[in-house]
Amino acid sequence: MRKSEFLAELKDRLGGLPPQDIEERLTFYAEMIDDRIDEGLTEEEAVREIGTVDEVVAQIIEDTPFIKLAKQRIRPKRRIHAWEIVLLALGSPIWLSLLIAAFAVILSLYASLWSVIVSLWAVFAGLVSCAVGGLAGGIGFICGAHVPSGMAVLGTAVFCAGLSIFAFFGCKASTKGAARLTRLMALSIKKCFVGKENAS
Amino acid sequence: MDIQMKRGLLDVCVLATIKNEDSYGYQMIKDMKPYLEMSESTLYTILKRLEAADMLTVRTAEHGGRLRKYYHITDLGLRRIEEFKSEWQEMVTIYQFVTKGDEKDA
Repeated sequence: MRKSEFLAELKDRLGGLPPQDIEERLTFYAEMIDDRIDEGLTEEEAVREIGTVDEVVAQIIEDTPFIKLAKQRIRPKRRIHAWEIVLLALGSPIWLSLLIAAFAVILSLYASLWSVIVSLWAVFAGLVSCAVGGLAGGIGFICGAHVPSGMAVLGTAVFCAGLSIFAFFGCKASTKGAARLTRLMALSIKKCFVGKENAS
Repeated sequence: MDIQMKRGLLDVCVLATIKNEDSYGYQMIKDMKPYLEMSESTLYTILKRLEAADMLTVRTAEHGGRLRKYYHITDLGLRRIEEFKSEWQEMVTIYQFVTKGDEKDA
């Protein structure tokens, strides 16, 4: 791919960013390509070293705050007429409720995902308290001359302690997975705000 | 590695490339390459962040018939490097404590 093609495609794909941001990034990448050409690389090789447009766009979206993307997307591209404002105000019961519903859906997705994680950790905490409580109770029973009951309680405590070790690793892995999923969800939402302006 | 810690480390790495003299984007990437791989997108984000934090300034100068941006470290940037060095000393002490006796166990 040639430098001009790379920059043109990048510009096209970054449609949702503020124009000044796009311009600055394009200048930055153009300079990076030119410096590589100065070092003796061919234009194609220089572009290849920068990475594919997809990779560059993905990284930029990840680095750009959501608020910045959303603000740019909803900013009007021309002056709004008075009748359009009236229409917007009259239509607000519909579009505003749809917007709130969309936010509520996203929020509930996050909430349900993280409530699963919280409940997993609650199970872990329960197992640990069973182990600690069982240990104290078991010793208490044995001291009180109820040896068979004490042994049974101690056994349960040891079983819970063992289970809690497994549960800890499970909880840790699920938390990591949920964090990764949250990041992916945020990235896909952000992707909706970046792209070809004409496509929206 | 913790994201916040990694971000702080990368900021200091970029500042280190201009510690002694002004530099430009591609040169910074080349200087860091033997120690860490940094993509252009990451470098751009870090440079913007450091510029906003007044840790570096940017000037544009002509080079080979085109314009190139040069980055200059500020006193605040130099102070950040010094802070990092003292923080790192603390980290090394903690690391030594954490790994104490590991060789004996192995």
